[in-house]
Amino acid sequence: MSKNTTLTITVVLVGLLLIAPFGLYPAFVMKALCFALFACAFNLMLGFVGLLSFGHAAFFGAAAYATGYAAKFWGFTPELAILFGGLVGGALGLIVGWVAIRRQGIYFAMITLAIAQMIFFVAIQAGSITGGEDGLQGVPRGHLFGLISLEEPLVMYYFVLAVFLLCFALIWRIVHSPFGNVLKAIRENEPRAISLGYKVERFKLFAFGLSAALAGVAGGTKAISVQLASLTDVTWQMSGEVILMTLLGGVGTLVGPAVGGALVVTLEHFLATSGLPVTMIIGAIFVVCVLAFRRGIVGEVNALLTRKR
Amino acid sequence: MFGQLLLGLINGSFYALLSLGLAVIFGMLNVINFAHGALYMVGAFVAWFLLNKLGLGYWWALIITPVVVGAFGMLIEKTMLSRLYKLDHLYGLLLTFGLALLLEGAFRHQFGVSGLPYATPAELAGGTNLGFMFLPFYRGWVVLLSIVVCLATWFAIEKTRLGSYLRAATENPRLVQAFGINVPAMITLTYGAGVALAGLAGVMAAPIYSVNPLMGSNLIIVVFAVVVIGGMGSIFGAVVSGYMLGIFEGLTKVFLPEASNIVVFVIMVVVLLLRPAGLFGRER
Repeated sequence: MSKNTTLTITVVLVGLLLIAPFGLYPAFVMKALCFALFACAFNLMLGFVGLLSFGHAAFFGAAAYATGYAAKFWGFTPELAILFGGLVGGALGLIVGWVAIRRQGIYFAMITLAIAQMIFFVAIQAGSITGGEDGLQGVPRGHLFGLISLEEPLVMYYFVLAVFLLCFALIWRIVHSPFGNVLKAIRENEPRAISLGYKVERFKLFAFGLSAALAGVAGGTKAISVQLASLTDVTWQMSGEVILMTLLGGVGTLVGPAVGGALVVTLEHFLATSGLPVTMIIGAIFVVCVLAFRRGIVGEVNALLTRKR
Repeated sequence: MFGQLLLGLINGSFYALLSLGLAVIFGMLNVINFAHGALYMVGAFVAWFLLNKLGLGYWWALIITPVVVGAFGMLIEKTMLSRLYKLDHLYGLLLTFGLALLLEGAFRHQFGVSGLPYATPAELAGGTNLGFMFLPFYRGWVVLLSIVVCLATWFAIEKTRLGSYLRAATENPRLVQAFGINVPAMITLTYGAGVALAGLAGVMAAPIYSVNPLMGSNLIIVVFAVVVIGGMGSIFGAVVSGYMLGIFEGLTKVFLPEASNIVVFVIMVVVLLLRPAGLFGRER
């Protein structure tokens, strides 16, 4: 795509997001934004380094707890609490990454999955912090910078939107930086990247930490906006869901995961009231995605646009 | 203490059977079969269905279920998995993950999450007091049967002609194909066999754990950890570490109950740090 088209599309999308709460239920759009950000963070690993992390819910969920706890019991202002969540996610990511990056491909996926499951059990057992089965309830939305109350849904919405756009810009910046280029080189041909003298392991680990930190920011923002951090956020099913979001939107595209995330959240929203089995339908979409359109929605559109030219 | 040890050994039997199936499938297809847990659950439900709708008891289920589940597996392989071999192995994992969700969702929709009872077969009801502990016959039978099945599978792969074709085909499928052996059919058969093992484990589990749509989903992650510890693709490693980790878990329950859920994962991390390829695995 040329620079002008990209710019136009960006402006239109941001414009739509700015007016969205007037047409749609703000709480719903906020949730969609949080998961869109989560999927974008996850895609940083799968799409740009080529590593499938099957444990990203651990960072999302742990950060949700950390943020909720900091806001509720330490009286952190929301932006500091979310920042703290991001840091917790990132630190956890560095530890998990340090172990997992020793292996690649499916091995990597299984190891991240297993460690994430460990964190899930820790979350169940540490009931005094996480609230066990009930989750951490009544997380206060608080006052932004200690001044602006976030109780008003519209104010909360614009705060979430700001966090999303900021993180998205950061991801865009990362992907288009020299660092991002090294990551793509690793994805395309790891031995070559090594022979060029890059310390591949270090790049991967750093990318993993960044991705986990951003997933953490998504989890923290979710905890503040929904006022709840629960076990659902840490389950391996959630790790799978974020993969579906990314796959559905388009792996390795910038906007794809956000589209996929929003779409899955919307779908679940409507299925929840329809009485149809949600897991089953999600599973079916998964199968169809893998079998029939692996490029995802945005990937297919991109391919279509390039073919026309 | 001995009770927990027995419980560990029983859990270990299921870990071993399931990770054995995973290892067989991984060796041939290079696919991590995420649907394994779901198929184990399907196995338990098939046994339940046979008993309650068709009046066929446990011993029939023990024979019929693996065949049914195995046939279902072959169908999956033929219609879906076989399309993905040319791509990154990750797609196999993702497809089977989707299938797992699909199966689990369907059974949950149909049967709810409360679980259905399955009576212990009359021949194996009761138990005996060994002096230091009480041994229910059925549990002893499970341990025994799983050891026999593991040995038989090992024998089939290492000592028979079909097994040697299989091992050769994992090393170099094109060469084996050139010798006139139908490799795609063998792959289908292998997936069927691996999945049949999961179905068998499901039947064995039915009288111990309640038959429940979610029974496979948490177990499967532990089994993944077991496979990583044993070394992926190593049949021997899968079986040995299956029993070993079951026992470890049982012992942890005695000495440090809070850690019993995560001990397998902790061991996995330690093993990975010391031997990245797993205990019995080779670097690929």
